Amino acid sequence: MTITISEAAARHVQKSLAKRGQGVGLRLAVKTSGCSGLAYALEFADAAEAEDVSFESHGVTVLVDPKSLPFLDGTELDFVREGLNEGFKFNNPNVKAACGCGESFGV
Amino acid sequence: MALLQIAEPGLSAAPHQHRLAVGIDLGTTNSLVATVASGLSRVLPDAHGRRLLPSVVRYAENDVVVGHDAQAAQVEDPGNTIVSVKRFMGRTLSDLDASVHTPYTLVDTPGMLSLATRSGVRSPVEVSADILRSLRQRAEDGLGGDLVGAVITVPAYFDDAQRQATKDAARLAGLNVLRLLNEPTAAAIAYGLDNAAQGVFAIYDLGGGTFDISILKLSQGMFEVLSTAGDAALGGDDFDHRIADWLRQNLALAATSAGETRMMLARARSAKEALSSAPVTSIAGRLDDGRNFSFELTREQFESLTADLVARSMTPVRRALRDAGIAADEVDGVVLVGGSTRMPQVRDAVGKLFGREPLSDLDPDEVVALGAAMQANVLAGNHPGGDSDWLLLDVCPLSLGLETMGGLVEKVIPRNTTLPAARAQEFTTYKDGQTAMAIHVVQGERELVSDCRSLARFELRGIPAMVAGAPRIRVTFQIDADGMLSVSAREQTSGTEAHIEIKPSYGLSDTQIADMLTDAWGKADVDMAARMLREAQVDARRLVDATEAALAEDGHALLTHDEFVAVQSAMFALADELESGGDLPRLKRASEALNTATTHFAGLRMDAGIRRALAGTRISALQT
Repeated sequence: MTITISEAAARHVQKSLAKRGQGVGLRLAVKTSGCSGLAYALEFADAAEAEDVSFESHGVTVLVDPKSLPFLDGTELDFVREGLNEGFKFNNPNVKAACGCGESFGV
Repeated sequence: MALLQIAEPGLSAAPHQHRLAVGIDLGTTNSLVATVASGLSRVLPDAHGRRLLPSVVRYAENDVVVGHDAQAAQVEDPGNTIVSVKRFMGRTLSDLDASVHTPYTLVDTPGMLSLATRSGVRSPVEVSADILRSLRQRAEDGLGGDLVGAVITVPAYFDDAQRQATKDAARLAGLNVLRLLNEPTAAAIAYGLDNAAQGVFAIYDLGGGTFDISILKLSQGMFEVLSTAGDAALGGDDFDHRIADWLRQNLALAATSAGETRMMLARARSAKEALSSAPVTSIAGRLDDGRNFSFELTREQFESLTADLVARSMTPVRRALRDAGIAADEVDGVVLVGGSTRMPQVRDAVGKLFGREPLSDLDPDEVVALGAAMQANVLAGNHPGGDSDWLLLDVCPLSLGLETMGGLVEKVIPRNTTLPAARAQEFTTYKDGQTAMAIHVVQGERELVSDCRSLARFELRGIPAMVAGAPRIRVTFQIDADGMLSVSAREQTSGTEAHIEIKPSYGLSDTQIADMLTDAWGKADVDMAARMLREAQVDARRLVDATEAALAEDGHALLTHDEFVAVQSAMFALADELESGGDLPRLKRASEALNTATTHFAGLRMDAGIRRALAGTRISALQT
């Protein structure tokens, strides 16, 4: 089981964490919702839960709860600029289908 | 795919979800509705741009009129035009002071008094519901969507019966009450006083007809009401009367007609408002006998005319301070609420008593609604602006959700959501012409209903017969601060509703909860596989049903014999796969095969459908 984040994403996460003033890292999760079944959640983490699986990548702690892990295994979190829009992107090898708007996906 | 931003813990927005929540100040004289949009709290105006809705309901011949129009009819139809209904909320006839004069015919009904109107006996709850309904309509029109819920303010001194009556009124108006909030607390929240670590605050609320003073204590993020006091018969109206009396005296009028009194009070009111910003104003009018009059009134004169009224409000203030055991100079902040606190003499008197400048940057008419909107925004699960720990009361230990086709769990409130919470999600029907839906509420982290704990079942009936997927059924889960879960389902087009209340954590010990959690983590991959399989099965079943129906309808008419057999055999193959069950890739392949086999058939059916729809129609008729 492995989850990584790209260098660009790590830079941005560290900047955001510093600006926020608190938090131990980043939490990635998957929720069942949306039009293709699953959706990502990307949040600041204030504390690690006992059951969390933790990954270190480019100096950023990434926390994933055990229920989301099978859906995220092998994912690389990237920070990209697309036109005027910039934000995080999940490069998730488990994804087999995504909805038109891209907010949710299926495995 | 869409780019994501990092959210605060627990606040990731689900896709395609907009949670509209409002704060409502249900006042004795006026009511308002406010919401938070783009991080700013603002009051929603009506179609004419008016922000205040007079809390007046008129029961006309066969119509209910609320607000300004009802207020206008007050003089001609006093018996059927209900004003200040808030005074009757949760009260029985015996609670009322014998000296209270009302133009209404009061009826003694069990639990609460009622008012006999032209359109039948109405309880204060029903009258309040009419006001709330009007505000809800305004909010839904203004925000362009259904409301997840509302925070409604009540006076701090309201007892359980009065609070319950307010809740009932909201439910009757179709509003989901996220929480009742004390009016002074709402005012304090609007000024962001909740961001302080701790402190004691005084809320001075001088409205149109009532005066309230509340002393609040903030500690560990919670507001506690230390004491309240007030005067139920002191308000801005009394100041108007003083000016009207002064006019009468200057005109040497012994008595005035009803029309003259109304005119004088209206002039007095405008003069009072003008004097809040100008040192002098003129009052002019015309009497019934044709005499014109015009006077100048200075602020100084006005202040001496009303000095005793201002002084009268100071007595309850001192009493509230004494009850709270607080000295005036120990108060860390004073908030002014109510339109009447715009009068400079009121501000000065309050400032002098507390020895500090009162907070008055926000519109005193709106401050309560604004604070309620901020609370509603957070309760609805939207992003709170900054640290808003004052809501952190408790969390729900396990996810709550409902059963969907195939025995799968759709989680509506995820575990660790802070209470109180409200979430809504839309569901639809599975079969054509389905008129009822069973709602099975479950608790747990697993993907299959059979692995979770069943909490309750209820049915929503009376869904209008439509094709599968057309009805929109909004299911709302709400847990209040006491942990009570209520689930309601509402079909959006017809408005049919069903509702149930559950105590969710009932009977589950901490160890049981812990077991359920570890179970869920250990079986995440098994659950995922099971979920995928069930979803594929549900899809496949739907596909077989649809193909069967289509073949029966016009399979022979549209398809050649060979094509018919090909579709049929693909359908049988998928049905067989469904029967044997269990193998996801094979099921998916069979579904895929049937999809491909029916593509041509679907095209033919579409053409035939269009041909039928257009038959006998002229081209010119289509061009509109």
